[in-house]
Amino acid sequence: MIVLSKEKFPIEKEQDVILFRNRIKELATRTGMSLVNQTKLMTAASELVRNMLRYAGGGVTLLEIVSRSSIPGVRLTFIDEGPGIKDVHQAMKDGFSTGKSLGLGLPGAKRLVNEFDIKSEPGKGTTVTIIRWKNGL
Amino acid sequence: MGPFLLVTIQVDLYDRLALTLESDLINMVSKTEAKGVLIDISAVSIVDSFMGRILGNIASMSKIMDAATVVVGMQPAVAITLVELGLTLSGVHTALDVEQGMELLRNKIGHPDTHEEGLYDSII
Ligand SMILES: Nc1ncnc2c1ncn2[C@@H]1O[C@H](COP(=O)(O)OP(=O)(O)O)[C@@H](O)[C@H]1O
Ligand SMILES: [Mg+2]
Repeated sequence: MIVLSKEKFPIEKEQDVILFRNRIKELATRTGMSLVNQTKLMTAASELVRNMLRYAGGGVTLLEIVSRSSIPGVRLTFIDEGPGIKDVHQAMKDGFSTGKSLGLGLPGAKRLVNEFDIKSEPGKGTTVTIIRWKNGL
Repeated sequence: MGPFLLVTIQVDLYDRLALTLESDLINMVSKTEAKGVLIDISAVSIVDSFMGRILGNIASMSKIMDAATVVVGMQPAVAITLVELGLTLSGVHTALDVEQGMELLRNKIGHPDTHEEGLYDSII
């Protein structure tokens, strides 16, 4: 996998989110991604960035355009140093929430992208990485 | 029959603004005794689980106040994404545009004359 462009985008407050989503749209457009795939990627990002703000008080995101076998895509990494997740398997289940919300953020985000990776350590923080390929299904 | 409320969301909202929309709209329904609420989201490019829940909340609160909610103009990409996200907008009716949304509300609520027709039929 080749990284074609890389930038950092800190998320500290709610007002950062709209700018963040717009930036993702710019990058996704550059790869030639279809509108539907862009929408899926931005919706997944919206869920993950909310989790970061809500459960970890913010964090930093990496926005990259990557390429594999000459196919471009957008990779997003969400890094926080919040409380972490005790049971990741449980958190990935539809409907599981400690925040009295719908519990669709993590499992929904996973369904909306082509690659999804989550690492979390209680007391240390959480890192989620997603990739949406230009023409991945 | 109370009036219909038409709300057009002009920009992408994030959580706090969406919550404001929810409370403003519910207040409006209560104040105006509206029988129908139309929410035009044709300018909205993302509906995630938070925004989806807000729409659902508006619908269920309105229902308690005896008003039906129709979400109109959802972009196809947004609709496809919602399904994959796993969100069902329960209690929310959808229509392609404001005109169709109005039509749907009129059918739901029923014209006074439609009622009469129904009565007449049953007498026959
Ligand atoms: N960045 C994070 N830091 C700590 N806990 C998290 C984080 N993201 C998710 N979680 C935990 O995982 C649960 C499920 O998250 P999610 O699927 O987005 O649903 P919801 O946000 O509606 O609860 C959350 O309720 C929370 O307990
Ligand atoms: Mg969430």
